[in-house]
Amino acid sequence: MDTTEAVYDGLKDAGIDFIVSVPCVNLTKLLNMIDDDPEITHIPVTREEEGIGICAGAYLGGKRPAILMQNSGFGNSINALKSLIELYEIPLLMIMSHRGTEGESIVGQVPMGESTPLILEAMDFKFFTPQTAEAAYDDIRLSWELSEEEGKPVSILLEIKYW
Amino acid sequence: MARYEAIYEIMEYIDDELVICNIGFPSRELYEINDREKNFYMIGSMGLASSIGLGLAMAKPYEDVVVIDGDGSLLMNMGSLVTVFANNPSNLTWIVIDNGAYGSTGNQDTYAQVVDLVDIARGVGFKNSHYFDDINLKEFIKSDDASFIVYRTESGNSNAPIIDIDPITIKERFMASF
Repeated sequence: MDTTEAVYDGLKDAGIDFIVSVPCVNLTKLLNMIDDDPEITHIPVTREEEGIGICAGAYLGGKRPAILMQNSGFGNSINALKSLIELYEIPLLMIMSHRGTEGESIVGQVPMGESTPLILEAMDFKFFTPQTAEAAYDDIRLSWELSEEEGKPVSILLEIKYW
Repeated sequence: MARYEAIYEIMEYIDDELVICNIGFPSRELYEINDREKNFYMIGSMGLASSIGLGLAMAKPYEDVVVIDGDGSLLMNMGSLVTVFANNPSNLTWIVIDNGAYGSTGNQDTYAQVVDLVDIARGVGFKNSHYFDDINLKEFIKSDDASFIVYRTESGNSNAPIIDIDPITIKERFMASF
């Protein structure tokens, strides 16, 4: 199974039909597949926090939203994830390209990359770090229901070596 | 006249529209003036009123969505002007009550006092960018493009109490209302 197709198939089988994004080079192929899918509304955003608000509005309107971003963008979104998504118990799937992990070539990605899982733990948000395409498909497919049950966002961290 | 009277006047134009209202005193005042199931009151996430409105408008293209935002909150999320313009949902009307102040935190000055928000939105590309006093709001709610409306008022808060319904109830009754 191709690593990008596994993510795409997982999103489709989770029923995700509304996606906001800030790009990462590792998400290039996935973003193209989403743009080609007429069943998915895709809104590129200027900053990830804005995307969290858009996802909340889309859920209020009956959609199943997800955000695609780098883990750096998770850092840009923390207050909204707490005082909007968790406060109102709005389900949300967060697909993160987890930069600053093993194999990273950009030194600037390392500090936030190392802290990302610790921040998610501190926020009491569940996350998965699938190492194979099969694991990513299963984790993503099941994460929407988990997010509904939790009333909190659920994250999939896709490390550099995943791809 | 201050924000309370502005919200009162805006609500005179509202029938079946879905209303997303900014955090703090704007939501408290709207709750006191005209509580309705089709109001979504923000309790957190300052700056994101227009983003929530955009997501809702894109998800529900046949519902009219009205956002009641503030100048301080707009300044916190200026990128939203670009994202809303680029997507141009015809069913979205974004009203900014511009009192030149961070009202809910003690009326500290905002930089909106030294810029013209209507000009900024026109510069981004909005065809419908106007002052409230110059237009009939209903025409812009029903227009074929997203609208950006600035309602200039004096600063100051009413004595509207804190909203006494919980966030989950706000969400659930809002979602069940359309």
